[in-house]
Amino acid sequence: MTTAAPLLDVADLTIAFPTGTPVIDFGFTVAEGETLAVVGESGSGKSLTALAVMRLLPPAAKIVAGAIRLKGRDLRALPEPEMRRVRGREIAMIFQEPMTSLNPVLTVGRQIAEVLRLHEGMSAPAARARTIELLDLVRVADPHRRVDDFPHRLSGGMRQRVMIAMAVACRPRLLIADEPTTALDVTIQAQVLDLLDRLRRDLGMALLLITHDLGIVGQWADRVVVMYAGRRVEQADATRVLDDPLHPYTRGLLAASPRLDASLHYSAGPLREIPGSIASARGQPGCPFAPRCPLAQPSCRIRPPPLAAVRPGRLVACPVTTASELADVAAVGL
Amino acid sequence: MFENRRLLRVLRRTVVQAVPTVLGIVVLNFLLLKLAPGDAADVMAGEFGTATEETMAMLRRQFGLDLPLLQQLLAYLGNLVQFSLGFSPRYGMPVSELIGQRLPSTLMLMGLALAIAVVVGIALGTTMAMTAGRWTDRVLSVVSLLFYSVPGFWIGLMLIVLFSVKLGWLPSGGQETIGAGLTGLDAVADRLKHMILPATSLALFYVAIYGRLTRAAVLEVASQDYVRTAAAKGLAPLTVTLRHVLRNALLPVTTLAGIHFGGILGGAVVVETVYSWPGLGRLAFESVMRRDFNVLLGVLLLSSFLVIIANTLIDLLHAWLDPRIEVR
Repeated sequence: MTTAAPLLDVADLTIAFPTGTPVIDFGFTVAEGETLAVVGESGSGKSLTALAVMRLLPPAAKIVAGAIRLKGRDLRALPEPEMRRVRGREIAMIFQEPMTSLNPVLTVGRQIAEVLRLHEGMSAPAARARTIELLDLVRVADPHRRVDDFPHRLSGGMRQRVMIAMAVACRPRLLIADEPTTALDVTIQAQVLDLLDRLRRDLGMALLLITHDLGIVGQWADRVVVMYAGRRVEQADATRVLDDPLHPYTRGLLAASPRLDASLHYSAGPLREIPGSIASARGQPGCPFAPRCPLAQPSCRIRPPPLAAVRPGRLVACPVTTASELADVAAVGL
Repeated sequence: MFENRRLLRVLRRTVVQAVPTVLGIVVLNFLLLKLAPGDAADVMAGEFGTATEETMAMLRRQFGLDLPLLQQLLAYLGNLVQFSLGFSPRYGMPVSELIGQRLPSTLMLMGLALAIAVVVGIALGTTMAMTAGRWTDRVLSVVSLLFYSVPGFWIGLMLIVLFSVKLGWLPSGGQETIGAGLTGLDAVADRLKHMILPATSLALFYVAIYGRLTRAAVLEVASQDYVRTAAAKGLAPLTVTLRHVLRNALLPVTTLAGIHFGGILGGAVVVETVYSWPGLGRLAFESVMRRDFNVLLGVLLLSSFLVIIANTLIDLLHAWLDPRIEVR
């Protein structure tokens, strides 16, 4: 899948705050034009990773190790003025909260046009015309009128569309969507994800989709990286992860997700939860999931199990399930 | 079109609300001033040094000071209805004329002081916020605390000592070079030179307040999601601050500036005295000393009008700064 040089290559990324290390040795690659989902629960370090790629981490957070390469260029080493030319032009980002992500005192048109004027050097009238086209592209009804509206006049879904229009204005190579639909209604979620997918194909950009919702992964992602407490615990093609999760954490997550095909009522087939909380990963010398893991071995608590490739493109950091999977693989003679 | 109609509605509402406010101010001020011991006749008699009971009674009758309190009040209100502020027994001219002479210089002084306070305060506050925690921020914080805690008249005197006496750069008082007969641009420059020191002494206290307020507001706004969005677009930090942060941070500052308008008018009394600036503040001060209550009432009435106008302007400014605020 990723035979060609990847568009974005994040390797051994470690982000530290003075009080802790929320992202440890994390890595993934995004190929041109693909959708990679990074899945994990709140506090697993997904958003920090995304902000690290943009180099927009909060001042207290520091990247202490690792490399972030965009088309082979090390973004960590880039001087700030050059990094500013990457932001919004080569990598764009949309955020979780469309209600607060737009400046309340500027019209949406002006906020979109701002990117065009900055990166493409457009004149005000040209940027305005292009802004109306972009609003039309993201399916905002009546773009001629909406362009002069202030954000508070738009619904959450509309605002997220405006954010998307802003993000794709300069045809970036990579769009990072940090929980883009978490704050939206379910029906709007599907529309926004459809829109992102259509734009990805039409504009030929890659999409880094950060989410805690496994339900949207199967339908919209090509590959999945499962993150737990700042570490990569599993990586595979999206359908693989959903049909055949290997890591106990991924299994737990799936068991905790409601399935539309389940005929069960919650009273008859209650959702299972993963016991404990992610907070128990703090200060663990071994696998961060060990305190909550039903399969944990004594060795799991000593040092984190390494990521092992059970198949090409499929990585799991769990000695127990890796062993059984490898046994299965041997049985069918693969 | 729509904007104009909205503006008209605001103005009409302001006028309707202003009438009872102003009436209350007039009656209250009138009664308060009458509570003060002595009247114009006493002061004048004291200055003559040879006044008899008869001359004082005559003076009182002449100024209408011998009438019962209620009748005096009604007479004053009757004057007001005819757009007359009454007559100053002391200056021997109508109060409106007297105030008319002084109003422009005070308005100019206040306007410049307020402009300095807002512009310098916001610049100071933004600089402090952008360097929060570093030494620039610390030094400016101390400076602004100094401005805040030192009284205006002392700053005024020290500025005179430094810039007029020691350096000789700026005049120490008055509002123009007397007898210079300047015209055109020279006259404007001369006027400005005379205004710098008094306006600065009047402004420094407010510079400190707006500086601290802006610093806090900018820091708060800087943590908002839309500021991160702006950074994610690739905008430079200065552009982010000026275009996205500052405008949102300005609201509390402008609110306070509107409230301070009255306070600056009060502060003008001291500063106008220190710099012998022929403005309303000094007129008010002198009328108190001379018990020239018609003048004082006129000044107070006009001040309340100015404050009402200033607050209306602030309301309109808010509606313009923040589209979420509908002018009701």
